[in-house]
Amino acid sequence: MTRKGRRLVLIAAGLGVLALAAGLILSALNDTIVFFRTPTEVAQQQVAPGSRLRLGGLVETGSVTKAGTVTTFTVTDGNGTVKVAYSGILPDLFREGQGVVAEGVLEADGSFRADSVLAKHDEKYMPREVADALKKQGVWKEGENGAPAPARPAAAANTGS
Amino acid sequence: MIAELGQYALALALALSILQVLLPAWGAAKGDAVLMGTAAPLAFALMGFVTFAFAALIQLYVTSDFTVVNVVENSHSQMPLIYRITSTWGNHEGSMLLWVFVLALFGALVAAFGGNLPDRLKAHVLAVQGLIALAFLSFILLTSNPFLRLAPPPAEGRDLNPILQDPGLAIHPPLLYLGYVGLSVSFAFAVAALIEGRIDAAWARWVRPWTLAAWVFLTLGIAMGSYWAYYELGWGGWWFWDPVENASLMPWLAATALLHSAVVMEKRDALKVWTILLAILAFSLSLVGTFLVRSGVLTSVHAFATDPARGVFILGILTFFIAGGLALFAFRASELKQGGLFAPVSREGALVFNNLFLTAATAAVLVGTLYPLALEAFTGAKITVGPPYFNLAFGGLMLPLVCAMPFGPLLAWKRGDLLGVAQRLMLAAGLAVVAAVVTAAAVTGGPVLAPLAVGLAVFIMLGALTDLAERAGLGRVRAKVALARLAGVPRSAYGTAIAHFGVGVCLLGIACEASWSQEKIAAMTVGDQLVIGSRDLTLERMENRTGPNYRARSAVFSIRHQGEPEGRIDASRRIFASRQMATTEAGIRTFGFSQLYVSMGEETQDGHVSVRATFKPNVTLIWLGAVVMAFGGMLSLLDRRLRIGVPKPARSRVAAVPAE
Repeated sequence: MTRKGRRLVLIAAGLGVLALAAGLILSALNDTIVFFRTPTEVAQQQVAPGSRLRLGGLVETGSVTKAGTVTTFTVTDGNGTVKVAYSGILPDLFREGQGVVAEGVLEADGSFRADSVLAKHDEKYMPREVADALKKQGVWKEGENGAPAPARPAAAANTGS
Repeated sequence: MIAELGQYALALALALSILQVLLPAWGAAKGDAVLMGTAAPLAFALMGFVTFAFAALIQLYVTSDFTVVNVVENSHSQMPLIYRITSTWGNHEGSMLLWVFVLALFGALVAAFGGNLPDRLKAHVLAVQGLIALAFLSFILLTSNPFLRLAPPPAEGRDLNPILQDPGLAIHPPLLYLGYVGLSVSFAFAVAALIEGRIDAAWARWVRPWTLAAWVFLTLGIAMGSYWAYYELGWGGWWFWDPVENASLMPWLAATALLHSAVVMEKRDALKVWTILLAILAFSLSLVGTFLVRSGVLTSVHAFATDPARGVFILGILTFFIAGGLALFAFRASELKQGGLFAPVSREGALVFNNLFLTAATAAVLVGTLYPLALEAFTGAKITVGPPYFNLAFGGLMLPLVCAMPFGPLLAWKRGDLLGVAQRLMLAAGLAVVAAVVTAAAVTGGPVLAPLAVGLAVFIMLGALTDLAERAGLGRVRAKVALARLAGVPRSAYGTAIAHFGVGVCLLGIACEASWSQEKIAAMTVGDQLVIGSRDLTLERMENRTGPNYRARSAVFSIRHQGEPEGRIDASRRIFASRQMATTEAGIRTFGFSQLYVSMGEETQDGHVSVRATFKPNVTLIWLGAVVMAFGGMLSLLDRRLRIGVPKPARSRVAAVPAE
């Protein structure tokens, strides 16, 4: 094979892998991204039951009940509320009145079945999406729930959610 | 006093770094040997002052000097000594100082072990290292000074984040930084080569050990971080595709690609331009990782907003080095001479295949990590790109790579015989099929494809060993001769085989853990039993315990395996009073390569405690595989060829003759 021919093979292989990668990336992005929604948005946008989403807000005070391993609680953003059911061990920082992000599926009756509850925050840190959403609703102001979070230390790099 | 001395040392180090940029570069431009010779002493002095500053900060932490803001915010006098030391880098300022310390260390190592480098190359490399040090030292002094005083001093510190109060903090960040920052050496070599417009096989021979060392540390650092997250967070997950994890994975992928392309360059004098580009990209991804984690753009926009100076400063450093490196590449790459030719089916071809897929996989991770940021910046929509994306995109790109892995080392240079290689791999492939069939018959449940994944892992492991067996002529010559030959196989070949074997081990662990983990969640009171696989757990009692700076509530279980007692396992929750925070301390017992993982939740008022027990078959293989990979890398590093270093010019010229 000539120098040119070999280079062509190389370029063709490179383009092939590139196309494969682009195809995989795009199709995977299409099927797997999960949108973040607040209870108000869930009500307003009439999210179809069965779709996966991340629900964020505050755990309504007095709403947490436990039956066996199933915990139910209400997520509120001041305007709307959504009832959430979760089976499993809640994160260490799950508390009434605190921010929470639950990922799962919206049921037909409007309740939310969470398969994971994230509490990626320390005692003074709101999950970012929740803080932004609550600010939009006028429920939470900077500094009210403690100072904004410091940048996470690199040491925590692999301890994230 | 110590704080002031530390800060003063940093300022002096900054001044030295300026000299380390200017003097050697000037000397190289003028061909002045004396000026070029200043590079090494300057690198040593820089390292001395940075070490002093770092030691000063550690001393402040050890003595709990609460007149220093950084210590107040991240330490507590009641913490055990080991955590008082490690909390030095368990925060933004301290970890940046660790970053610079590692950088200075590598600079000094290049100066110390670079005795056989050509003067100009050495001067340029150290000047580039000096420039990186200059950027990060300015960053520390201008935006993240760890030595700031506080008046009046509080009586007690605010304690280190309890999640970080773990031996993992002593090991994980230093290893990771040795990897991240080690890639700066490859970057400096690449830039130096571009400045000189000259590059040859000898260059690759100098770069490879540094890349290899960085790669070994990065591998261990990532594995350590993964294991730490696994046992500390109480969820039992070992990889979350969290952006900060991806930030460490991307440089690793690029460094892996760089290692392989440097082999081609060293052996065959081909792929020069590509290797240079990879060296620039690998360190760029390290910087991107540093930016993502340090700027706070990922975890919290607030940290970014409260101190925009930091994020913008790092973004500036990032832009300067990446854009500068790439611009230099664009201008100068065409001057590098093209190297040797090779057929598509050959060792070189296989290594190109490796590089294509590794860079594509890096791109997939990069897109998944940055896409949510970009989307939010442009449209305001908040999305999560989670594990399903990465499993599909990254997994899809890694699959062809790992399938092809056993073939690569068996292919000949220049022109390979794929059919012949396939024949030599028949035994490995046959045994892999047997392993898949046996697995399918032995286990129940799990995905249909899981036994195939086990088969693939076995194929990779045996394929790696096939290379060694082939080199020894096992089965073709007498056993004694084969053994003698095996002893003569170069260490780098052992390194390759062992590292590839490690990939198989890791894959086996991933396949087993993902397919056949058994999980039970239950609300238990004392005396209750929980059956998990062939074992059952009995909650024996609940206990209160106290640690140096926390209280703990522990659940003590006894384990029985098919009726036979197998000891006990404790899961607990620690409550740290100083931060009003709780952490979950999972109970972990190892059986063979498998682990039983038990974590407990909060207790209800009627005395029930929620318990999650998971049996994870072969889960430890995931990290053992990484350790095996790193061990392979270390063996390769000990290869005679790399230790002796500089080849005679005549020999390298012979190697550089195009292979036609």
